[in-house]
Amino acid sequence: MPDSHQEGGAYNYAYLDEQTKRMIRRAILKAVAVPGYQVPFGGREMPLPYGWGTGGIQVTAAIIGRDDTLKVIDQGADDTTNAVSIRRFFARVADVATTTRTDEATVIQTRHRVPETPLKEGQVLVFQVPIPEPLRMLEPRETETRTLHALSEYGVMQVSLYESIARHGRIAKTYNYPVLVNGRYMMSPSPIPKFDNPKLDRNPALQLYGAGREKRIYAVPPYTPVKSLDFDDHPFEIERWTECCALCGSRESFLDEMIVDDAGKRLFVCSDTDYCRERQEKSGA
Amino acid sequence: MYVAVKGGETAIEHSLELLADRRRGARDIPEVSLQQIDEQLSLAVDRVMTEGSCYDRELAALAIKQARGDLVEAIFLLRAYRTTLPRFGDTLPIDTSRMVAERRISSTFKDVPGGQVLGPTFDYTHRLLDFALMANGERPAAPTAPVDAARDLPRVGDILERGGMLEPPPEETGAPAQDITRTPLTLPAARPVRLQNLARGDEGFLLALAYSTQRGYGNNHPFVGEIRFGAVPVSFVPEELGFAIEIAEIDVTECDMVNQFAGSHDVPPQFTRGYGLAFGHAERKAMAMALVDRALRAQELSENATSPAQDEEFVLAHSDSVEASGFVQHLKLPHYVDFQSELVVVRMLRAEVEARLQQAAE
Repeated sequence: MPDSHQEGGAYNYAYLDEQTKRMIRRAILKAVAVPGYQVPFGGREMPLPYGWGTGGIQVTAAIIGRDDTLKVIDQGADDTTNAVSIRRFFARVADVATTTRTDEATVIQTRHRVPETPLKEGQVLVFQVPIPEPLRMLEPRETETRTLHALSEYGVMQVSLYESIARHGRIAKTYNYPVLVNGRYMMSPSPIPKFDNPKLDRNPALQLYGAGREKRIYAVPPYTPVKSLDFDDHPFEIERWTECCALCGSRESFLDEMIVDDAGKRLFVCSDTDYCRERQEKSGA
Repeated sequence: MYVAVKGGETAIEHSLELLADRRRGARDIPEVSLQQIDEQLSLAVDRVMTEGSCYDRELAALAIKQARGDLVEAIFLLRAYRTTLPRFGDTLPIDTSRMVAERRISSTFKDVPGGQVLGPTFDYTHRLLDFALMANGERPAAPTAPVDAARDLPRVGDILERGGMLEPPPEETGAPAQDITRTPLTLPAARPVRLQNLARGDEGFLLALAYSTQRGYGNNHPFVGEIRFGAVPVSFVPEELGFAIEIAEIDVTECDMVNQFAGSHDVPPQFTRGYGLAFGHAERKAMAMALVDRALRAQELSENATSPAQDEEFVLAHSDSVEASGFVQHLKLPHYVDFQSELVVVRMLRAEVEARLQQAAE
C-alpha cells in the first residue's frame, strides 16, 4: 500500500518513494536467498553523503514501519555524531520510535560494531558497508572479482593471509576480516573489528548489509554459518585486552582506548555504550 | 572531544546554526539573490545543472547559494533533490541540428556551411583583471546579429561523414536508454551508459583524464570537428496525445571530436569520433568528455588499452564527484574501533619483535 505520510515535508514515508522501496526489498529478498552474495541494486542518492551510511539508510528505509523501534550506533555508541544524525533523519522522515537499548530495538543500524548484547530472533541488524567486495584490495576490478566469486576461487585471499603469517608470524588483519558464508560466498563483514566476527555465526537475528556508493546489498539469514578464514595451524583469534572497562569492569567487551591527559595516560572503556550502561546499572542496583 | 559520550545532538544543532550563519556572511552586506546567481554566475549554474543531472536554473542557483558557492556541494544538493522526483517518461532525443546557435566553431575547416560564429567566449580575452568591475560592472548591451531560428545548422560531422571519411554515428535503436540513476552500473558498459556517466562526471576529473590522453597516455590524435552552444527544443510524447509536443527549450553545449584512426585489415582508414554534451555553456566539460569518450572506445576499435583514460572500469567508477567527495570525506567520521584493533595488533607485534631482539642480545 502506498503510504503518503507527509512528515518531514514533501517527502514520502521513510524518504524513499514506494517503488524504490520495493526495488530494494526485492534485492534484499534475493540477498537472503543467496547468503553472502552481493546483489546489485539501483541505489539512490540520499540526502546524506556517500560513505556516511547511505547503503544502510536505504536498507533501513525499505524495511522500517511505524511499529518498529530503531537503534543506530556508530563505533558501538548511540551518541556518536553520525549515529545521532541518522537517528534524527529517521525520527524525522519515518516518525519511528528510537531507542538506545539493544534488547528493545527491532531494527539496529550499525557502523563498525556488532552489539555485545546477544541479538534475538525477529531483530534485524543493518550494516553500513563502505566496500562490499572482500577481494577489492587484492583485485580492484569488479569484472574479475565477479568471476572469482562465481568460481568460488578464493585462493588469493588465503595467500594474502599466509603472507601476513610469513611476515608477522600471525594473521595481522584486524578489521573487515573476511568470512565465508554458508560454505559458499566470501563476504566482507564491513569494517567491524574481528572481535565481532564470531557474533555473525549462526546469529538468531537477520543481518542485512547495504553499500550505497557501490550499490550492493547482501545478507546473512538467521542461524547461517559464518566462518572467519584461517589455517589449521593458525586458527582465527580475536583481540584481547589485559585491562578491563574503567566504567563497568567488563573483561568480555571490546574496549576503546582514551587518552586522558597530556602525559598520554590511557583509560579503557566499553565501545558498546548501551552494554556498559546496563552493566553499570546492574552493579549499582 | 568531537564525539562526546553524551551531547552529540546539541553539538550538531549548534553546528548547523553556525553554518547557516556563516553562509549569510556579514549582515551589512546585501544578500545575494537567486536571480543574481543565475544571471551573473551563470556558468556555475550551468555546471551544477550538468553534473547534478537536472535542468533547472532556479534550483541550481538555490543550491549554489545554500552551498556557499561550493559547486561540488551544490551538485550534491541538486542530485539529492532530483532523486525524489517522479518520472513522467523520456523526452524524444534532442536534435542539435535544430539549435539556435549562439556560438559554433570548427577547427577542422576554415569555413563551414552556416559559418564560424564566435559568440561569447573567454578564448580571446587577455586574462587581465578588469579593475573597472571592482567599482561598477554596468555596461551597455552588446550588438548582436539577427538570428535565423528557422534555419537548420548542419553538423560539420554530418558533412564529413557523407564522404565516408568519418564513421557514422551509432544507429538509433529506438530502445529506451538505460537510466544510470535508476539501475546499477554493470561492466562492460554500453556507450550510452558511459556517456551518461561522463555527463554527470566531475569536470576536473574528466579534464585531467582528457589532458593525459594528449600527453601520450592513450593518445587518439583529436581535432575539434565542431563545438556549438545554443538553445534546442525539447519534445515529449504524452501518452494521451500520441504525438510530440515541444515542452521546453534548453541551452546545451555539444562537442563532436574527430580522431585519427589508422584502419585495420578489414576497415579502411577513417576518422572516428568522440562525443560530449553538457547543459548550458560548458565547453571545457564537453571537450574533455568527448576526448574521454573516444579514449574509452579503445577496445571497440581494437586499440591497445594501456592508459587510465582508456580503462572503462577505472574511469566510470571514479568519475562521480558526489561519490568521491563523500567517500574521501567519510574519513572524518570516527574510526576508533578499527584503529583500536590495529593498536592492539601493532603493540603485540612490537612486543614480539622486542622480545626476539632482547633474546638475541643475551
